[in-house]
Amino acid sequence: MNPDSLPSWWPLLLTVLFAAALSHAIWNSNGPRALLEEAGARLVLLAAVFARLHHLPKRRGWLLIQVRSAAIGNLHVISLVGVFIGMIFALQAGIELARFGQQDQIGPLVAAGIAREMGPFITALVLASTYGSAMAAEMGTMAVSDELTALEVMSIDRISLLVLPRVVALAIVCPAMTVISDMVGIIGGGFVASAQLGVGWDLYLDSAFTSLSGLGQTIPIPKDVFGGLFKSFCFGIAVALISCASGISARGGALGVGRATSRAVRDATITIIVANYFLTWMIYR
Amino acid sequence: MSGDGSAPVVRIKDLHKSFGDLHVLTGLNLEVRPGECLGIMGGSGTGKSVALRHVIGLMEPDSGTVEVFGKEVAALSTKELRALRRRVGYVFQEGALVGWLTVEDNLALPLRERGKLSEPEIQERVAEALETVHVTGAGKNFPAEISGGMKKRVSIARALITRPELVLYDEPNAGLDPEISRSINALMREVSDKLGVTSLVVEHRIECLQRVADRVLFVHEGKVLVDEPTEAFFQPSHPRLRAFLGYQQEPAR
Repeated sequence: MNPDSLPSWWPLLLTVLFAAALSHAIWNSNGPRALLEEAGARLVLLAAVFARLHHLPKRRGWLLIQVRSAAIGNLHVISLVGVFIGMIFALQAGIELARFGQQDQIGPLVAAGIAREMGPFITALVLASTYGSAMAAEMGTMAVSDELTALEVMSIDRISLLVLPRVVALAIVCPAMTVISDMVGIIGGGFVASAQLGVGWDLYLDSAFTSLSGLGQTIPIPKDVFGGLFKSFCFGIAVALISCASGISARGGALGVGRATSRAVRDATITIIVANYFLTWMIYR
Repeated sequence: MSGDGSAPVVRIKDLHKSFGDLHVLTGLNLEVRPGECLGIMGGSGTGKSVALRHVIGLMEPDSGTVEVFGKEVAALSTKELRALRRRVGYVFQEGALVGWLTVEDNLALPLRERGKLSEPEIQERVAEALETVHVTGAGKNFPAEISGGMKKRVSIARALITRPELVLYDEPNAGLDPEISRSINALMREVSDKLGVTSLVVEHRIECLQRVADRVLFVHEGKVLVDEPTEAFFQPSHPRLRAFLGYQQEPAR
């Protein structure tokens, strides 16, 4: 469709629809005040976690359990999704490049796109929907069955025991899984490049890795890779924090746990997308 | 058991608490003396559990005061409240054991968090606690793998493992069959007699309080209506209490 053929009032219609959707979201969150309170509570929780980082040696057992279950439990999902994301990316870009006879540029394009954007983004989304939701459900169940109150009554620091290991675990696992996602994504792109675009494996891999080989000035990691991993680190913290906070605030039995879980996934997804824009602007401007 | 003349362990004065338009506590007064086991009886929704939550600082009064070990709970700082809670054990209605820890780890958790005992000492204390509540074979099980009665026993063991000076029981017989209830009541009495711990028991089952309490209060519409030694309490003259107990004793039709 030619945009010029659209009526002149269509931007106004889009704005009204956007405003309606935003108002609906705010209304569903019990108003702007509740929204701000929730955001504030999460920031306070983040500060509380940072203030307890020195408890980590005491929590290393729980940390290892969390790392293992987040990594091993999601490795196959992230690998599978990563391969297909690389394939889709290569196919979409490759079709356009082939129109100009530039399909041999597919390697650098896929590598940069995956390392900068798709790898961290997709890894964080997968972890939010699998591990984050499980975390929120677990915390929510503890909240509605008085287990969290029991810890409070026993003067046990719940943030140190429950939240700290989970946040640190995802801050480690999310970048680690992103590396795997990047690798399988680039390989997935290679399948499409060689099978459907007629670009040889050697040329594809050589051009892909050469494009990523420029090391950063302060950190000896290619800037594209480092930028992606830094994003991933931030996403990991955000997912764990939002999931724990949603779970802890669950009230009202099974229904409350369900609501907390869906709130955790929804808020983590929105946060990943919004934070992704600002982090991208910060790193690559 | 009661030690008359000593300063009370718990003193609640004119406690008021409302949730919106619902006035749950409307001037509750009570005292628990050292070594005493005080029972609180009353119908559902009369504020028994709410009173207990004030004692441990999980709720703040709208007005009135709650003093525990001579300190006003609502006026304590977070650090002071934590110190106070370390002297108190709390048995939750549903047990509230941590689901992802084994029974042994549930018992060891408060000791490990306090960090004052070595691991062998903790293990010894856990074994001793399991023996006290007669659950020696279930240490490696998770809470979901044991019965309701066993959960309640483990919950009592967890409340006692830190050797508290005061134990709060929130409906210890809730959801248990008569046989298991009897064994839980016997255990509570045994704990009270053996360890000399001051206890506050919220319960609406007659058999429980007859078995474990030294003195019983009847709470009605948010305040204490009757305060009698156990034997006298269960031969009531107050018409409201007579109605309450008579209703409970009426055979099922």
